[in-house]
Amino acid sequence: MERIPILRMGDVLLVSIQVDMHDRLAQTLQEELAERVVKDRARGVLIDISVLEIVDSFIGRLLGRIASISRILDAETVIVGMQPAVSITLVELGISLDGVRTALNVERGMELLASSISLRTQE
Amino acid sequence: MGLESNSKLVEVLGEKGRVSLNDWKEAQWAAIKIRREPITEEELYREASDFMSLFQQAVKEAFLSDIRDPVWLKMREMLSALSISRARRGFTPTEMATFVLSFKQPLFEALKQAHGTDSGALLSDVWMTTVLLDKLGLYCVEEYQKTREAIISRQQKDLLELSTPVVQLWPGVLTLPLIGTLDSERTQLVMERLLQKIVDTGSQIAIIDITGVPTVDTLVAQHLMKTIAAAHLMGAECFLSGISPQIAQTVVHLGVKFGDIVTKATLADAFGLALKRIGLVVIKKSGE
Amino acid sequence: MDLQSSETLQITCEEDLVRVRQATRARAVLLGLSLVNLTKIVTAASELARNTLTFGGGGTAIVATVHNGDRPGLRLIFEDHGPGITDIELAMKDGYTGGKGLGLGLGGSKRLVNEFEISSRVGEGTRVSITRWK
Ligand SMILES: Nc1ncnc2c1ncn2[C@@H]1O[C@H](COP(=O)(O)OP(=O)(O)OP(=O)(O)O)[C@@H](O)[C@H]1O
Ligand SMILES: [Mg+2]
Repeated sequence: MERIPILRMGDVLLVSIQVDMHDRLAQTLQEELAERVVKDRARGVLIDISVLEIVDSFIGRLLGRIASISRILDAETVIVGMQPAVSITLVELGISLDGVRTALNVERGMELLASSISLRTQE
Repeated sequence: MGLESNSKLVEVLGEKGRVSLNDWKEAQWAAIKIRREPITEEELYREASDFMSLFQQAVKEAFLSDIRDPVWLKMREMLSALSISRARRGFTPTEMATFVLSFKQPLFEALKQAHGTDSGALLSDVWMTTVLLDKLGLYCVEEYQKTREAIISRQQKDLLELSTPVVQLWPGVLTLPLIGTLDSERTQLVMERLLQKIVDTGSQIAIIDITGVPTVDTLVAQHLMKTIAAAHLMGAECFLSGISPQIAQTVVHLGVKFGDIVTKATLADAFGLALKRIGLVVIKKSGE
Repeated sequence: MDLQSSETLQITCEEDLVRVRQATRARAVLLGLSLVNLTKIVTAASELARNTLTFGGGGTAIVATVHNGDRPGLRLIFEDHGPGITDIELAMKDGYTGGKGLGLGLGGSKRLVNEFEISSRVGEGTRVSITRWK
């Protein structure tokens, strides 16, 4: 079965969505990420959507759910690389992705995660 | 509308026809005498000869005064291409229409000779071809107009880009100084450009400065809000600066929610905050 | 409508939603829609195709090129013979969902296109037509 690869970089799990996912594939990604966060004891999840051409309400909802699930498992999620046309469309559609952190690119996303992980570790 | 049985139109246009291509070209050449630079005599001759052979073909096949008929397809294509190239070279609409309309003179001359004393038949042929040529002439002007409009709208877009530059104030900080009254369409275009620039430069912060904007309406205010929301989804932050008292009142009056948006009185204040956000401090050199 | 330049796609499984998005995108590229407008109509297509599948029990999507005078556009028609919608006005409202969605599909799609038409009969099915002009 096709699946979306999840890479690990230190405390962070990295996912780059490269294909137009059908709904089941998206659902599988959510399940696998939850398992990997626990298994790898990840503190952060970074999802790169820079090559994704559209985000509809289904994918939008999925991203929000991944963020919520990760948070419960003590990992922070950052979505990076959303293209202008995609973000304009999402706003028009009425999806605000509340509670999901965003960054311009992978580098910025990693910085964001690093500072938030070190903050949380001090607590 | 078909041809009368005693029509000589097909005959004068035929292989050994009497319409003089050279006369026609000369007439045209004279008409655009003042400004010959954009076109050569050979070019004009070739265009005139293309027109004439297409005209002959169409008329021989069936005389139809409806130029939208498939019989006229090749002719329409040729005229459309011609109008586009002439519009680009700065010909006037009159010059464009003259190309077709000046064909009347050599054609009528040939018809007159062919019909001799039969003035009834001559009149009928002249009338039919006049109607037809006028339509083709108008078609040229319409096509010409379309090209001019496309040129103008492209120039407007270029102007928009020149008049609303997105400026980098510091690595990671962009500003878009807006000037003049904003309409909904212009705002949308400018905002799309700002978002693209955010991606291209990897800027975390963009300051939209509206000091130079006298008023905003609901749609424009909403576009501003949507842009700020879109930038947020992309991982950048937008500040709004230079809101005039009038605009503040309008916005509240219109019930547009400026909610969590960071607003600052001046561009300088917004820039100060931007530097702080990206972790920079400005320190005065000691002893100065 | 110029039927020569249209195609009909079946919507019976999740993979079909991907196919509808791809067909819409391909035609939008051909038409020369701007990137933002292309993204908007592909997103609307995705929303409506999913409604056809989940609520309409499957159906068809027609993807067509249309003209309004000289202005070309992209029209999509989604049709199913499912249960239909009892209260269209309510279904169109942002936040209303008869399932477990966000209830943004119908209202959101309408905002993403230039023309939006919906008709539905209880027990007979639903038809939604959207158009985006170039
Ligand atoms: N083709 C259809 N057949 C029957 N009912 C439909 C159809 N399309 C929509 N509906 C009804 O209209 C409601 C609203 O649809 P809409 O797409 O706006 O929201 P949703 O699908 O519930 O959530 P979202 O699209 O945000 O995931 C649906 O929940 C469903 O009850
Ligand atoms: Mg829906």
